[in-house]
Amino acid sequence: MAGTHAGPNYMVIFWWLFALTVVEVGVIFMPLAKLVIAILLISLALSKASLVAMYFMHLRFERRTLGLIAVTPVFLGALLIFILVPDHSAVLHRTSEAVKITPAAGHR
Amino acid sequence: MSQVATMHPGVEPAESPLTPESWGKLGMWIFLAGDAMGFGTLLAGYGAMRYGSADWPSPYEHLGISLTAFMTFLLICSSVTMVKALEAIKLERPGRVKLFLCLTILGGATFLALQAYEWTHLIQGGLKIFGNPWGASLFGTTFFIITGFHGAHVTGGVVYLSTILTVVSRSRNTVRNYLLTEIAGLYWHFVDLVWIMVFTFIYLL
Repeated sequence: MAGTHAGPNYMVIFWWLFALTVVEVGVIFMPLAKLVIAILLISLALSKASLVAMYFMHLRFERRTLGLIAVTPVFLGALLIFILVPDHSAVLHRTSEAVKITPAAGHR
Repeated sequence: MSQVATMHPGVEPAESPLTPESWGKLGMWIFLAGDAMGFGTLLAGYGAMRYGSADWPSPYEHLGISLTAFMTFLLICSSVTMVKALEAIKLERPGRVKLFLCLTILGGATFLALQAYEWTHLIQGGLKIFGNPWGASLFGTTFFIITGFHGAHVTGGVVYLSTILTVVSRSRNTVRNYLLTEIAGLYWHFVDLVWIMVFTFIYLL
């Protein structure tokens, strides 16, 4: 039968996911810098996603081939974010220029 | 046949590491990798638009966090019932298989009902696909496109799982039932995994 590996304790995974969700919701109300909150939230989300992939989707017990297929979009997604970084700074630059120009335009 | 297998008739030639345990499972993983890129592109685009906007509204002030946190909890529960259904097939307990599959479908349907309620509430509050009273108009566009794309996946999952429930209920072939349910389960857990990311990026950040 497919998947004859010893199954993980799914209830332990469930309680971890539940606890991490509660922590996530709590984090947004903590008096921390926005960057720290963002880093915490992304780390918590990635931990939860890893738990789902590794245990519920059985990736931990599968062949390496499936693991490589699963990891590919993560790398491509990260690449996509880095590709968009120059656009971010371009938009910010344009926005700051627009802020400078707008009051002057209002005096005409 | 390899030399080792010739010398020891009981030993089968080694499989290629690329040979999958199940072609169906491999097919589903390849589909999910492609689908993940679709969601990844949407979320990266969301990040680019949000970062470039000076008046992006604070999501958790306008979107219902308590309701969506409950929806997250619901999807996590439905993932647990999905793996429990798979476990029940392995233990050859058809009654429990049907029960857990029904609970998973119910979890998905309830999620969709709550999403419909949330959308209605937000639309009545002024959030439209082309604008909103709180700031950047793309806030509404990205919200409806990303949560709508995910909702379409949940709808597909509910239909898929209902089909699997019908097939598994009629068949006594445990090996086939296990494989079909495991492949459907991969899709369902993926929907849960994507929601975890959507919940973080769209609602909490």
